[in-house]
Amino acid sequence: MKIRLDEQTIALRAAKEFEDGMVINLGYGMPGLCANAIPDGRTIHFHSENGVLGYGALGTDEEKDYELINASDQPVSRIPGMCFFDSALSFDMIRGRHVDLVVLGAYQVSQEGDLANWGRPGRPATGMGGGMDLAVGCKRLIVVMLHTTKEGAPRIVKQCSFPLTARNCVDKIFTDLAVIEVTKQGLVLKEVAPAWTPEEVQALTEAPLILAGDLKEIEL
Amino acid sequence: MAVNKIYSSCDGAVADIPDGAVVMIGGFGSYGGLPINLIVALAKQGARNLTVIANQGGVGFELSKRIKPGGYQDIGALYAKGQVKKFIGSVPALGGMPPTSPLETLHREGEVEIEIVPQGTLAERIRAGAGGLGGFYTPTGVGTPVETGKEKKTISGKEYLLELPLTADFALIKAHKADTAGNLVYRGTARCFNPVMAMAAKTTIVEVDELVQPGELDPEAIVTPYLFVSRIVEVQR
Repeated sequence: MKIRLDEQTIALRAAKEFEDGMVINLGYGMPGLCANAIPDGRTIHFHSENGVLGYGALGTDEEKDYELINASDQPVSRIPGMCFFDSALSFDMIRGRHVDLVVLGAYQVSQEGDLANWGRPGRPATGMGGGMDLAVGCKRLIVVMLHTTKEGAPRIVKQCSFPLTARNCVDKIFTDLAVIEVTKQGLVLKEVAPAWTPEEVQALTEAPLILAGDLKEIEL
Repeated sequence: MAVNKIYSSCDGAVADIPDGAVVMIGGFGSYGGLPINLIVALAKQGARNLTVIANQGGVGFELSKRIKPGGYQDIGALYAKGQVKKFIGSVPALGGMPPTSPLETLHREGEVEIEIVPQGTLAERIRAGAGGLGGFYTPTGVGTPVETGKEKKTISGKEYLLELPLTADFALIKAHKADTAGNLVYRGTARCFNPVMAMAAKTTIVEVDELVQPGELDPEAIVTPYLFVSRIVEVQR
């Protein structure tokens, strides 16, 4: 049966990229779901730009400590070894390439890896928060997003029409239909959702896709 | 001679903030690091035409009930009274909130000017102001709407934007504990923007959960040294 992956499943696939020992920052929204999808046996050091490194699992709203939150305002738990710092130091970590992997949401990604994730034309901007700093500073940036808009328009485009977060910053894209790698040659289609053909994915993608030699179905 | 920094009320601590002042307000996101009682006192005091520098614009009391049962006051209390003419920060409303925060409504109506600054740039502009620097070059914002009107410089083959320092007349911040000299320690992620703002204002006013005597805080663990702090109010929350 041809289905689109749900957000939890996209997060589960993206989290397979998390390597043991990595320092990882999860952006607002869908990326946060990755926190509870860490592959077994891997230790991840979660960084949050409001000033915490090494926090534990997400807590529940019932026992929320408002002085122990991640950047998405979700309660997190204390674990041994965690540390706190101020916002300026936190962004030294980010801009200074001390964060291994960042996961962000997106409105649009271009064929050159440009990212647009903070404003939509004609809508009041909620602000970019720490997104621009994260996008320019991390060693590796992956995006989790829905492949198309609610109206069915492609979000993976030749050129972003929405205001940019940063240029040439995205390394890999995980959607409800595909896994796509950004390379110098262009966008490489690595994996497709079960029962989808590469042609069907291309039809919903504005930018041209190069088929990977080892193209396969998304595995979890 | 020792200066008495202790105020018995938030109302007294903010009484002399004049119309037109530049005010930094600490915190990140919702409730945790916000100097809520000082904000409420400033709203009551009524100073107008303020420039507010804060990470987030606040959501106002009604929307805050979605974040914390019973709700809480935030910077929205100032917009409600028309006290703010300009907001400088990275998130005018909280992410995920409908575009109906008091700040965004006023901005649409042309009542409040907004300068959106990437969060890391905001923190660093404040730190530059605090530390007497004329600015700094950052890669953040290159190739985006943020670069408009800014000097661009290529250093070792990479493009950077010149960003200028921010300072303030007053900073309203939240800490966990202060000693009576003004040394501060924070708790958890409520630290956030508070320490850098404490350093960047002519007059820094702090609300703390607990006031202690000098010597009771470990000098190795002080986050904000006492010379940055002008006024302290102990307030239960």
